[in-house]
Amino acid sequence: MLQIEIDGKAVEVEHGSTIIEAADKLGIPIPRFCYHKKLSVAANCRMCLVQVEKFAKPLPACATPVSDGMKIFTRSEAAVDAQKSVMEFLLINHPLDCPICDQGGECELQDIAVGYGASKTRYTEEKRVVLNKNIGPLVATDMTRCIQCTRCVRFLKEVGGMMELGLINRGEHAEITAYVDKSVDSELSGNIIDLCPVGALTSKPFRYTARPWELARRPTISAHDALGSQLEMHVKNNRVLRTIPREKESINECWISDRDRFAYEGLNSDERLTVPMIRRGDQWVETDWQSALEFASSRIKDAVAREGGNALGVLVSPNSTMEEGFLAKKIARELGCGNVDHRLRRSDFRLDGHFQGTPWMGCNIPDVQDMDRVLIIGSNLRNEHPLLTHRLRQAVRLNAAEISVVNALEDDPLMRVAFKNTCSPDDTINFLLQLLKAMSGLQRLSLCLPPTLNGLLEDVVVSNNAQAMAESLAGHGKDYDLVNPRSAVFLGNMAQQHPRYSEMYSLAEAISALCGATFGVLSEAANRVGLDLARVLPSSGALNARTMLEQPRSAYLLVNVEPEVDCHNAQLVNQALAAAGCVVAMTAYKSSALREADVLLPVTPYTESSGTFMSMEGRVQSFTAVAKPLGEARPGWKVLRVLGNLLGLSGFEYDSSEQVKNEIFGGEKPSRVVWNRLNNNLRELTEVNAKVRTESLQRVGEVPLYESDAIVRRAPSLQKMAAKKPVVAAMNAKLLAQLGLQDGELVKVSQGNGSVRLAAKCDDRVADYCVRVPICAQTAALGDLYGEIQVERAA
Amino acid sequence: MANEVCFRTLDLPNPASLETYRSIGGYETLKRIVTEKVPATEIINQVKISGLRGRGGAGFPTGLKWSFMPRYYDGEKYLVCNSDEGEPGTFKDRDIIRYNPHQVIEGMAIAAYTMGVRTGYNYIHGEIWAEYQIFERALEEARAAGFLGENLFGTNFSFNLFAHHGYGAYICGEETALIESIEGKKGQPRFKPPFPASYGVFGKPTNVNNTESYASIPYIMQHGGQAFQDLGVPNSGGTKIFSVSGHVEKPGNFEIGMGTPFPDLLALAGGVWKGRKLKAVIPGGSSTAVVPADMMMQCTMDYDSISKVGKSSLGAGSVIVMDESTDMVKALSRLSYFYYEESCGQCTPCREGTGWLWRVVRRIAEGKGRPEDLELLTDVSNNISGRTICALGDAAATPVISFIKHFRPEFEYYIEHGRSMLAA
Ligand SMILES: Cc1cc2nc3c(=O)[nH]c(=O)nc-3n(C[C@H](O)[C@H](O)[C@H](O)COP(=O)(O)O)c2cc1C
Ligand code: SF4
Ligand code: FES
Repeated sequence: MLQIEIDGKAVEVEHGSTIIEAADKLGIPIPRFCYHKKLSVAANCRMCLVQVEKFAKPLPACATPVSDGMKIFTRSEAAVDAQKSVMEFLLINHPLDCPICDQGGECELQDIAVGYGASKTRYTEEKRVVLNKNIGPLVATDMTRCIQCTRCVRFLKEVGGMMELGLINRGEHAEITAYVDKSVDSELSGNIIDLCPVGALTSKPFRYTARPWELARRPTISAHDALGSQLEMHVKNNRVLRTIPREKESINECWISDRDRFAYEGLNSDERLTVPMIRRGDQWVETDWQSALEFASSRIKDAVAREGGNALGVLVSPNSTMEEGFLAKKIARELGCGNVDHRLRRSDFRLDGHFQGTPWMGCNIPDVQDMDRVLIIGSNLRNEHPLLTHRLRQAVRLNAAEISVVNALEDDPLMRVAFKNTCSPDDTINFLLQLLKAMSGLQRLSLCLPPTLNGLLEDVVVSNNAQAMAESLAGHGKDYDLVNPRSAVFLGNMAQQHPRYSEMYSLAEAISALCGATFGVLSEAANRVGLDLARVLPSSGALNARTMLEQPRSAYLLVNVEPEVDCHNAQLVNQALAAAGCVVAMTAYKSSALREADVLLPVTPYTESSGTFMSMEGRVQSFTAVAKPLGEARPGWKVLRVLGNLLGLSGFEYDSSEQVKNEIFGGEKPSRVVWNRLNNNLRELTEVNAKVRTESLQRVGEVPLYESDAIVRRAPSLQKMAAKKPVVAAMNAKLLAQLGLQDGELVKVSQGNGSVRLAAKCDDRVADYCVRVPICAQTAALGDLYGEIQVERAA
Repeated sequence: MANEVCFRTLDLPNPASLETYRSIGGYETLKRIVTEKVPATEIINQVKISGLRGRGGAGFPTGLKWSFMPRYYDGEKYLVCNSDEGEPGTFKDRDIIRYNPHQVIEGMAIAAYTMGVRTGYNYIHGEIWAEYQIFERALEEARAAGFLGENLFGTNFSFNLFAHHGYGAYICGEETALIESIEGKKGQPRFKPPFPASYGVFGKPTNVNNTESYASIPYIMQHGGQAFQDLGVPNSGGTKIFSVSGHVEKPGNFEIGMGTPFPDLLALAGGVWKGRKLKAVIPGGSSTAVVPADMMMQCTMDYDSISKVGKSSLGAGSVIVMDESTDMVKALSRLSYFYYEESCGQCTPCREGTGWLWRVVRRIAEGKGRPEDLELLTDVSNNISGRTICALGDAAATPVISFIKHFRPEFEYYIEHGRSMLAA
């Protein structure tokens, strides 16, 4: 610790801190523009100049490390003189168009100018004008306002992983711009809006819609991935007009992904369902709640009366709240039905009954940043977990972590990947076996493999790549902490959706056990972990999300589900729903995907309801509504409560979602329950079939970044971003040649009894024998996300 | 007593060739040092004794700078020669490369040996292409002759030297901008500290010296530090190349001993042209303060005199001579335009201030000056000075402050009458 003095206050500060860090800790304000605690130091704005004893010139507080005995003056005449002169320079070329600037009222330049600016300018020469840049649908530019602090440049390079903006030209001609004819495509790009201290970068969807002081600011949580980012939604006239991050160091720090930032547009979509609807023949007719609910309950009752509880199937979207999921399950159980599931995009349920607890991430979010060695299996990282990927990126950038990736797609995670194996999901099993064998052969790992696995490994031939990856994971190389290995093995969404997930899981668990790594699942959706914990799962022997469709039920209850885009097999779900006598859909949107439903109950999106999500690290976060329900839409938990009542079931007398939550956690503190239940261990190993290999072409049915859930699918600006990447059937050059196809040629892609026409695209990031066809409305005629697929020249 | 150090080959036929350089004992010093394994401390000591101060403008003692390089460092270190000469008035490094490139190479090789460096770069200004080619040719010759490359003279000392040409930005002469540029980035100065000796090229310890500084080393190590010191005066050892330009009969480079009286240098350059009277001199390149004639005539050409008597600095020894017909307002306007154009633009006071200064001076020169302008110019200059990332900010402020200080009436006349005093 060093002894220093700031403005006469004696304080102790840590070795290596800068003056600004020391002052910030003490709450002594130093004006700044370029400095940002999460970015590298540029020291270019010079606003933070302070006086330091024994130095003739003022020093930038952001870039000057403290030394023992240093005496710093932030408000002395010399300091204030320097600060004021910098403020004057910043303002001479600034347009001062505050009345028409979207940043007005929340502008750092405006705020600091109040304290340091002069009321009258001494500058009478011509002012600089800088042309605006079109950098895409999300961020608007007014470049004349830019003060060249380069926060945006540093953010995109250091946090986003790609330098999509830069400062070109010299002197007064210096300007921030993107590459020629390029937009900013980072999935974290919206953060530069928050970072820009002036109105040069503002939100395109939000601009000109409101002044900051007209907005009510309400806290909420992200519903678009499992990170649980803390958000603040800004509401005017009961409409959410924008979303910004709430700072939460241990979750999202001060960032959020573009998906979290701009999804709110989907809340205001014209497709919102605001009145209940009942199908009469081919017609949808509007009705009142009473009739709709009576219709729904009587149909369900009839089916159950006829065939027993097993007549019913309950599918809950993994983005539903714990309360919604729990009540849906409770209704089912009370009706004697065990067919409840939220794992709609899964296809392998062989692990059911083998888990010791609820599978989760296996560590806390900030831990990821401190990892030395990480193996990621089956994840298209930036699509699935945009912000978590940045934590991994920092591990690589700041700690030289070695990342290994095993996946069927080789999309660039915008960080250095030390080892990778791009192979079809089947080959992934084989590769993981190689990895396991290589690792068990490493000297320092004395642990023994379970005999079941040992037998399997006999015929496995270890490739050089697997050997190198195993050594990396086991911590070979310098400076590795052998006692407390900071290593992890994570399974991504693509692994979870694959028909051989159980095998991948077993092998990944064994690998992590051998090298002492943290083992975890990077969960899909906002609340997969929470719904698992609330046991929104099939009861023993009952049907799961897949078998419920393979063995069609007479009645279905859908909670927040858009069947053909939310499930593993669009064909299968459509067929099952078409055959059912009754489909009750609780939905926030009118959706063509719900054409087989019989009654549509308008429930609110999570922002108009209270509820609870649980993130992949097991953090339980409850929230309240940020806006009142639109039209006659009602919170899902209330609808389920009434449905329970109408079905004549007992135990549905809830007054608040809090009571439901209490019941879920058995009246205990959620954190207590959570820590007892989170557990990734299997009771026993499941069967691994080393030899099974499919010879046919395999579909890799990724979920695109902006297809994750119903709200995102209706956010126009995000959809404009998505539209930059047209839906294609992508395969590598080798496969394209083998099929005799040309890049760009129209092909017929078929699965089961459905097909779609798409352009074939040469994409060498796709593994051999794999065809990358995403899931979205355009491909909803197809079947399994992962499975056999045929591709032929379109006739 | 001229052309004794850097211009030793100037009057010989084919001065830039290896053959000519070897005819005056070139590379013998390097060979002796390397094969006899002269200790680094001994070399640094001689350079300290020589009184050699950095010829790039700041005049930092070279021996001291070399001692900052970490001796025992596990990894690559770099040596950089700054031949990016781009300041108005400077043109000496160009002639050193044109006429005596091998002496720069030998000087760098000795420096590399001393600081334990294996790789060096000479960053050559983008607008002197012919000299760049001469230097490349010299490198080829030196490599072929075994003066550059691996295991020189059969020892384990290796030194690989490369030429790198810039694109003519003045700011790339600032050593950390130059380093960024070598790394392939935009030439923008870095915030210091850390200094290049700890964080230079690719983040590795790096020593940066000017062309003339390196070219002085073979002489120092051949004849001893004291011999070099004796060529000059105390605190300003050796000879110095003065680049005399402007209103003189014979502009050019003159390598003479430090401490030579200014009138003697002026005489070497043929005196003020057309028999006119001397008005003022910028003694060290456009970033140094202008000195009125009477003060300048009292100066000797060394660091102390120019600073104490001339209230300016020796800079890179780029002497810009102005005769009585010079319009100081227009002259300043041109200089201010230079700094406005060449500011890298990253830090606020320089980016915004250089444009402000130029526009106000230009306005005065256009006859649209206002009484408060001189106060404003001085104030804005002071607000830039000492508050920027690199010294370009100070370089832009110094001419403005000194021109107004010494020639205030001329500025006031412009403001009052809308035209030059000289035309009256
Ligand atoms: C704006 C600016 C331009 C500079 N240009 C040059 C130059 O062209 N050549 C040079 O040797 N040094 C130049 N310098 C000085 C260098 O930063 C550095 O001090 C010098 O190369 C060190 O070498 P020396 O110690 O041998 O003088 C410049 C400095 C500034 C601030
Ligand atoms: S002083 Fe000027 S040239 Fe130097 S870093 Fe700042 S803006 Fe760039
Ligand atoms: S905040 Fe320190 S220079 Fe910008």
